[in-house]
Amino acid sequence: MATARENGKSAASDKAAAGAKAGKPDWADGLRQLYDAVVEEPLPDNFKDLLAKLDRKS
Amino acid sequence: MATHARTAADKADFKRELTGVVPHLRAFARGLCGRPDLADDLVQEALLKAWAAQDRFEPGTSMRAWTFVILRNAYLTDMRRNRFRGEYDEGVAERILTAPAGQEEPIHLSDMHRALLTLPPERREALLLVGAGGFSYEEAAEICGCAVGTIKSRVGRARAALSTMLEDGSIPQRSTDDQAAHRAILEELDQVAAGNGVAAKV
Repeated sequence: MATARENGKSAASDKAAAGAKAGKPDWADGLRQLYDAVVEEPLPDNFKDLLAKLDRKS
Repeated sequence: MATHARTAADKADFKRELTGVVPHLRAFARGLCGRPDLADDLVQEALLKAWAAQDRFEPGTSMRAWTFVILRNAYLTDMRRNRFRGEYDEGVAERILTAPAGQEEPIHLSDMHRALLTLPPERREALLLVGAGGFSYEEAAEICGCAVGTIKSRVGRARAALSTMLEDGSIPQRSTDDQAAHRAILEELDQVAAGNGVAAKV
């Protein structure tokens, strides 16, 4: 885990992980990307339908 | 069933907040169970439960945390019914997990997702909450209904396991090949789900 920082591209990204010592592993940003990629997907129609239906049930 | 009737405005507020967290629920669910279709089923189930339980939501608190608890409980229930077997859909993962343009050959995200899915569920969810969802250890502990130290330990173990797998390229094919391990996981899930009454606290 020593020399991961020689590709200094992610130096600027702020590391929120309190207590994660000596920098995150290379894959840490990937984990975030996995999550964000789904968050940014457009909402499928069946979710819109479901949400619309909730009101009618009230 | 409701202790006090909510006004139409209350419901509208709730609905707006609930709608706002749907993308996050989808992301969390997909990380938990790996298969997009099953993950979305799970989210729909959680949304219905959240709607039915809306009187228990305290306005001003975190809708994301509150709904994650509901989603998590639905997941644990389904896990015990053996609905999810850590199945991994390679094609889907490739489509979804493409690295952003301009980034030179990082860890393959599909490898990472597969490695993630081999982790025991309680470590996987801890890592997802903290490492992907951006929750603090304290918030993650509330969502999971366990001690902060437990979350820290789970995240630490999850990180170590992922590092090993990704750096050595030694990602197991399936997490559930080992029946004994699988059973142990399910038993642990029972405890996790039954023991610490999660809800309400958030």
